[in-house]
Amino acid sequence: MELYAILKVIWWLLLGVLLIGLAVMVGMDMGIGAALRYFGRTDSERRAVLNMIGPHWDGNQVWFILGGGAIFAAWPTIYATAFSGLYVVMLLLLWSMIIRPLGFEYRSKLPSPSWRSLWDWGLFVSGLLPMVIFGAAIGNMLLGVPFHFDWKLDSWYTGSFISLFNPFAILCGLMSLSLALYQGSAMVMSRGEGVVRERARRLGTWAGPVALVLFTVGGLWVARLPGYVVTAGDDPAGPAMPLHKTVEMVTGAWLHNFSAHPVLWLVPALAYVSLLLGAWSLRRGWSHFAWWLGALGWIGTIGTVGAAMFPFMMPSSSDPSQSLTVWDSSSSQLTLLWMLGWTIVFVPIVLVYTSWAFWIMRGKVTPAQVEGDDHAY
Amino acid sequence: MHNLQTVVELSRWQFAATALYHFLFVPLTLGLTFLLAAMETVYVTTGRQIYKDMARFWGKLFGINFALGVATGLTMEFQFGTNWAQYSRFVGDVFGAPLAIEGLMAFFLESTFVGLMFFGWDRMSRGKHLLVTYMVALGSNLSALWILIANGFMQSPHGAVFDPATMRMQLTSFTDLMFNRDAQAKFVHTSIAGYVTAAVFVAGVSGWYMLRNRHMELAKRSFRMAVLFGVFASIGVISLGDALGFIDGRAQPAKLVAMEAMWRTRTPPAGFNVIAFPSQKQQRNLYALKIPKLLTPLVTRTMDTAIPGADAVERRAMVRMRNGIPAVLALKTLSADPTNQAALAQFTAHEKDMGYALLLERYAPDLNAATPADYKRAARDVIPNVAVIFWSFRIMVLAGFAMLFFLGLGTFCSLNNKVQDRRWLLRLAPWFIPVPYIACEAGWLVAEMGRQPWTVYGVLPTWMSASTQSVGYMVFSLTGFVLIYSAFIAVEAYLMIKFIRKGPDDAAVPALAH
Repeated sequence: MELYAILKVIWWLLLGVLLIGLAVMVGMDMGIGAALRYFGRTDSERRAVLNMIGPHWDGNQVWFILGGGAIFAAWPTIYATAFSGLYVVMLLLLWSMIIRPLGFEYRSKLPSPSWRSLWDWGLFVSGLLPMVIFGAAIGNMLLGVPFHFDWKLDSWYTGSFISLFNPFAILCGLMSLSLALYQGSAMVMSRGEGVVRERARRLGTWAGPVALVLFTVGGLWVARLPGYVVTAGDDPAGPAMPLHKTVEMVTGAWLHNFSAHPVLWLVPALAYVSLLLGAWSLRRGWSHFAWWLGALGWIGTIGTVGAAMFPFMMPSSSDPSQSLTVWDSSSSQLTLLWMLGWTIVFVPIVLVYTSWAFWIMRGKVTPAQVEGDDHAY
Repeated sequence: MHNLQTVVELSRWQFAATALYHFLFVPLTLGLTFLLAAMETVYVTTGRQIYKDMARFWGKLFGINFALGVATGLTMEFQFGTNWAQYSRFVGDVFGAPLAIEGLMAFFLESTFVGLMFFGWDRMSRGKHLLVTYMVALGSNLSALWILIANGFMQSPHGAVFDPATMRMQLTSFTDLMFNRDAQAKFVHTSIAGYVTAAVFVAGVSGWYMLRNRHMELAKRSFRMAVLFGVFASIGVISLGDALGFIDGRAQPAKLVAMEAMWRTRTPPAGFNVIAFPSQKQQRNLYALKIPKLLTPLVTRTMDTAIPGADAVERRAMVRMRNGIPAVLALKTLSADPTNQAALAQFTAHEKDMGYALLLERYAPDLNAATPADYKRAARDVIPNVAVIFWSFRIMVLAGFAMLFFLGLGTFCSLNNKVQDRRWLLRLAPWFIPVPYIACEAGWLVAEMGRQPWTVYGVLPTWMSASTQSVGYMVFSLTGFVLIYSAFIAVEAYLMIKFIRKGPDDAAVPALAH
């Protein structure tokens, strides 16, 4: 394989890593935000829950920002086509997400109960909506979205905003929400005590299996969906030009990779095993273990989508031959190489200090502690 | 409905509104982190509690500001894709890299450590916490570096060429992209402008306390640190601004035309317009107050170099438009048939002027049939909005010198330990707080409106950079941003003022009222 093709595959894998990092870390925070009003019934319980992720939500959110930046740098055609095509959805995502920083920072700054309750609802929306939209976006990628290019490679999205919220996409959205609730519950259990911990256990033991049921239904659905197959002209080492290949839609084509390489079935199997084990661990109270199993569950579910779609990244349902694939929507070889260099240097550093930050802030967060700390949220 | 020019206009309004808004919070973050680090350094080295109280109090105000900076930065990262899709596809290979590195190198650092800075006071040794605070400062300033490297590419594109096989700009040298002179000068200018902002902010609030005889110990020390830090920073910001003007003047003659309202090319040395009322339509100044012979030495550092006026810039643009047409026509052939050698040769011969032909294409969709009137209209576009840029520039410079003067006075009084008795200075201090903000916003306008009509200078015109959205979507998003952002800034300002009024003694989070 040529270097350029190898780099494209590496960056496809790195995009997966970023999406998983985003799903695990931001998903956890959003699950906590979405269920904040459930985890904590009183103000001091809610503050305790918020302060469990208080020192970390901002760092975690960088997975989302870096996701945007990395797609821009490594997959500019996808960045341009997807984000402009899904315009209104992107705005709903961003508008709901920007409530979160203020929700954390401003909520407890004033004593008024209605002020705090307002921000709690804000955190609910900014936890629930983005997770549903993440999942729905991935669901729409599986379905393909209607877009095409003109000769200058201007992309034209021809679908409506509402059509993006189709039943399959909503199913995917609910699945991603369930996993986020699971991940958030595992965290709250780890760092909470008493009744808060008990509520988290209850929610988490439900959310994991619900996610698995939705994953199963989604899988069966995908088997009956038209998938996409490249029939000619997509050179793995060729330039990033999506206009010169032919693609056909074939029902069940998203399972072709699995039948060609049966070892790939291990990926969805990972999701099943880890989420089942995870629900059981939560029941037993092993919340740290359950948190890591949740991360594996994300790897299994996102990995399954990737394995099914490869080499497709953003199929076009209105003009399949202009679909965007790993081979024709990346950056140039030089950019991919430079960016790989920066990644190899900085990702380990980031992981080290992130772990250090979690280690420093480890331990239980109780209402009493929060009341006594003037820097707490 | 798809009305291209309306969509472009609305996208520009949206970008300008959200970027200017974001830039209300960034400068204070950039500078205040260093002031916090300095206060904490004194605390750690001397062990005096008052400096810890200072770091914690200003840290609280920092947090209120920081949250909105984070929130509004989030939307910026994605706006290139949502609203400027053609731009993003066209330069993503180059422009995306610094944005991704910004996330990887700077945002992770800043955001991970900011949590520890707020929550970690009692969880680690003093030295470690100090290190954490420095990491926040480093992270926020590194993020300014990378975003301005990205911006530097828009201002003067280096390190990339257009590749007809992919119909976009592709990276040829990462080091050229990174060490772009425009980017480096602008990074220093912008980040130091942030230090000045923080200095004036801290001095203003401290002055307000001293005037009321509140928190004297804390306010006096904060004031002294701030003005000392600020006076050096404002000298830096002015000298770097001057260097930047010198670089920009050569890289972007049209921006210089607008900054100096210079419609005609004069025999050197040209005069400097102190005040002018430019008319874009008539291409002249309705009124101008001039200092003779001053402009040429200011801009060129010589007495005899000619500075092109609008007339010369437009003439030059028309020549380049004509020369660029074959490149655009060849591109159309190459899009359908990438192997066509004749088209490739034609493209290569005219490549350097392609951007200008694209500028013309706005008025002459069929470039072969472009009329002299089309050329004239396109050439007029090459000159950005002179009145706005001329005045923004003067406001920025005036604000810069005013702050230097104020911070200098403050330093003088502080070092004599007389500042608490200089009531007039204390009274003046809070009124200065808006000045750095005005200067920063004006600077953004000069840099970015002065870049028009290009998104990438000389290469990609703004009119063909936007996404193919409908006008309805644009109205929806712009309205949404205005509503949400207005609500947010009201909340932020309310909290900021409330916590300033409350002061450092009682900064604890209040318990829930019953």
